[in-house]
Amino acid sequence: MKRILIAGATSAIAMACARKWVDGGARFALIGRNGERLEAIARDLEARGAEHVSVHRLDMTALELHAETLQACYEALNVVDIALVAHGTLPDQRECETSVSTALREFSNNAVSVIAFLTALAQQMERQGHGTIAVISSVAGDRGRRSNYLYGSAKAAVTAFCEGLRGRLWTAGVHLMTIKPGFVDTPMTRHLDLPRALVVGPEHVAKDIVRGIERGKNTLYTPWFWAWIMPLLRGLPDSIFKRIRL
Amino acid sequence: MTLSFQSWGRYPALPQRVRYCHWRDELARVLGAALGEGDTTLPVGNGRSYGDSCLAASGQVLRMRPLDRIIAVDWATGRIEAEAGVTLEEVLALSIPRGWFLPVTPGTRYVTLGGAVANDVHGKNHHVRGTFGRHVRRIGLVRSERAPLVCGPETERDWFAVTVGGLGLSGVIDWVELQLLPIRSSLVDSIEMRFDNLDEFFDLSALHDASYEYSVAWIDCLARGNETGRGVYMAGNHAAEGALAVDMRRQFALPFAPRGSLVNAVSLRMFNGVYYRAHSPMARKRVGYGPFFYPLDAILHWNRMYGAKGFQQYQCVVPEDAAREGIRALLEAVAASGMGSFLAVLKRCGDLASPGLLSFPMPGVSLALDFPQHDDIDAKLFSRLDAITRAASGRLYPAKDAHMTGADFRRAYPAWEQVEAKRDPALTSRFWQRVTRS
Ligand SMILES: Cc1cc2nc3c(=O)[nH]c(=O)nc-3n(C[C@H](O)[C@H](O)[C@H](O)COP(=O)(O)OP(=O)(O)OC[C@H]3O[C@@H](n4cnc5c(N)ncnc54)[C@H](O)[C@@H]3O)c2cc1C
Ligand SMILES: NC(=O)c1ccc[n+]([C@@H]2O[C@H](COP(=O)([O-])OP(=O)(O)OC[C@H]3O[C@@H](n4cnc5c(N)ncnc54)[C@H](OP(=O)(O)O)[C@@H]3O)[C@@H](O)[C@H]2O)c1
Repeated sequence: MKRILIAGATSAIAMACARKWVDGGARFALIGRNGERLEAIARDLEARGAEHVSVHRLDMTALELHAETLQACYEALNVVDIALVAHGTLPDQRECETSVSTALREFSNNAVSVIAFLTALAQQMERQGHGTIAVISSVAGDRGRRSNYLYGSAKAAVTAFCEGLRGRLWTAGVHLMTIKPGFVDTPMTRHLDLPRALVVGPEHVAKDIVRGIERGKNTLYTPWFWAWIMPLLRGLPDSIFKRIRL
Repeated sequence: MTLSFQSWGRYPALPQRVRYCHWRDELARVLGAALGEGDTTLPVGNGRSYGDSCLAASGQVLRMRPLDRIIAVDWATGRIEAEAGVTLEEVLALSIPRGWFLPVTPGTRYVTLGGAVANDVHGKNHHVRGTFGRHVRRIGLVRSERAPLVCGPETERDWFAVTVGGLGLSGVIDWVELQLLPIRSSLVDSIEMRFDNLDEFFDLSALHDASYEYSVAWIDCLARGNETGRGVYMAGNHAAEGALAVDMRRQFALPFAPRGSLVNAVSLRMFNGVYYRAHSPMARKRVGYGPFFYPLDAILHWNRMYGAKGFQQYQCVVPEDAAREGIRALLEAVAASGMGSFLAVLKRCGDLASPGLLSFPMPGVSLALDFPQHDDIDAKLFSRLDAITRAASGRLYPAKDAHMTGADFRRAYPAWEQVEAKRDPALTSRFWQRVTRS
């Protein structure tokens, strides 16, 4: 039986992962900011066979409450085998270009809250001496595109932070996997006109995440073809990249 | 992502914009907004209806499929309460290992609970269990101009009657509580018997229906003369022992629709003849529930084989006393037209009353036929079939329909005015517009 903690548990990708974990027997501690939706997910997981689900209401931007909530999760689970950090928002880039407060709020939600939470979580996991932390970053963090660079820069911060933290945790026997999804069909992207051929459903990504964790992957591109696309994009010189409308 | 939404027949091809419902708490707001803007929408499930009953009059549908959470389940009593976008496939994946099956299932498991209620679907066991709605305990209904309500056979019965088989018009179904059927095995003990003409079908059905939970017949609709109505009668019961295993067969998908239809005179003649001969006069087999109930689910998007123009299904039910002559006349008309059907399915409907005001089944025999769409199909074939159905006091199934006249609908479903009276002002479909306003 696995003991699983999820931050941003109302995310479609997180939900799809949780349903996969249920099959092998699991206890969950779910963190999210919408109590009603968290409850709905908890009931669903229980009906699907989860052994126990506890819900913890928290807006991840309330940094001062992280330690307390984490404590409550540990009390419910005792030990954490897998911690998935999934929360995030996709800002309106245009708005971020004219409103400093929007830009910083979005950066805070996508980067600062993640870094803060990981800092608290890493200490607990280090003490525990085993388990996996999986953090959802994004391919968007691999290169800042003009259409989406506020979000991209926040995810870049998360990716770099995780890269360093992975080394530190490795010495303590804890694994950290950075997840870089491409385009996933979830509430976050429903309003966008994405290239259909590149879009996958959350179940697809969840399957990759669950397997990636089992195999101890360090960085997971999902679906796999992003592992080929992103190096090409990164390899483009700035003199060309700045001219491309991406 | 602005994915378009199509009905299963891909005809009529009316572009639909899609709004998604991810959480139940969003519904009241979405509906209120539609009403406020003087706009209408239509809740849709998985688009497994064939014609235009799952297309919004406004061209803006509300997709309920993302509402796919189980709310509560009691495996001791087999009661499951789930959000409306949960599919029958998802219910089975959970319930089979615990010894429960759907009380009623249509010929595909890719329909949602909301869609199954809104069409009050029937299955091969209609003669013993009636329609899906008979097994629904409670429904959560969200309306644009009032507080959400719960209806069922014991509470708010008039809302239940307009919602079951209500074509998505009485409000948005956000959850459904269903009573499942206990099984001891996921296998089905099946029997197949070939029959040489329509009279033999009626004899077989009269003789065997009572001893089988499930029964249905396939007809070779190209056969003529004294072979008219030859086919294969198939029946089955849940096996008394065996594994409780979820069907995991891999599916094959048709990747795209060819321009023209793969179903044509040549392929039809081949298929119908071969299918008939492939069956021995009589065979008993123990089979998985997948191939027994859902043979077509083995090919994902099989509807694409009809090409860019799509296809129409003609499904009618003819009352018992007129069934023999009526079905014969229909089959003769089809054979005479030279427009064969790839699949022709005969099913006896029993006399268990449906809870919905617009439920399709009635005691008698139902016939379903698929035809590639072409421009003169109405004039050349459907108008003839409609005349026969009308003369026999039968009726057509809205879930499959893209052609019936308003007059035929209103005659066959006189309770339509009660549904119209309780229709949510924010909801209406192309079908409803077509049959109530013309
Ligand atoms: C291969 C195949 C075999 C079939 N066999 C049978 C059969 O044996 N017996 C039978 O009865 N039918 C059969 N059908 C038809 C199918 O079962 C019905 O059309 C079913 O209602 C489709 O469900 P759906 O979830 O796809 O809903 P849709 O087709 O998307 O919608 C169907 C109707 O339900 C309404 N609706 C959907 N969700 C909601 C909601 N949440 N709230 C309110 N209204 C809603 C829609 O407005 C629409 O009127 C078959 C279809 C196929 C493709
Ligand atoms: N979808 C994609 O294409 C894609 C691609 C790359 C990366 N990602 C990343 O994948 C992760 C999951 O996203 P998703 O696609 O599953 O979208 P989603 O369903 O919209 O999930 C995002 C979830 O994060 C929650 N959340 C946001 N801010 C929060 C906060 N401050 N406190 C608590 N919860 C908060 C939201 O909760 P509410 O329900 O309360 O709003 C929402 O449920 C995100 O980190 C996203 O950046 C997604």
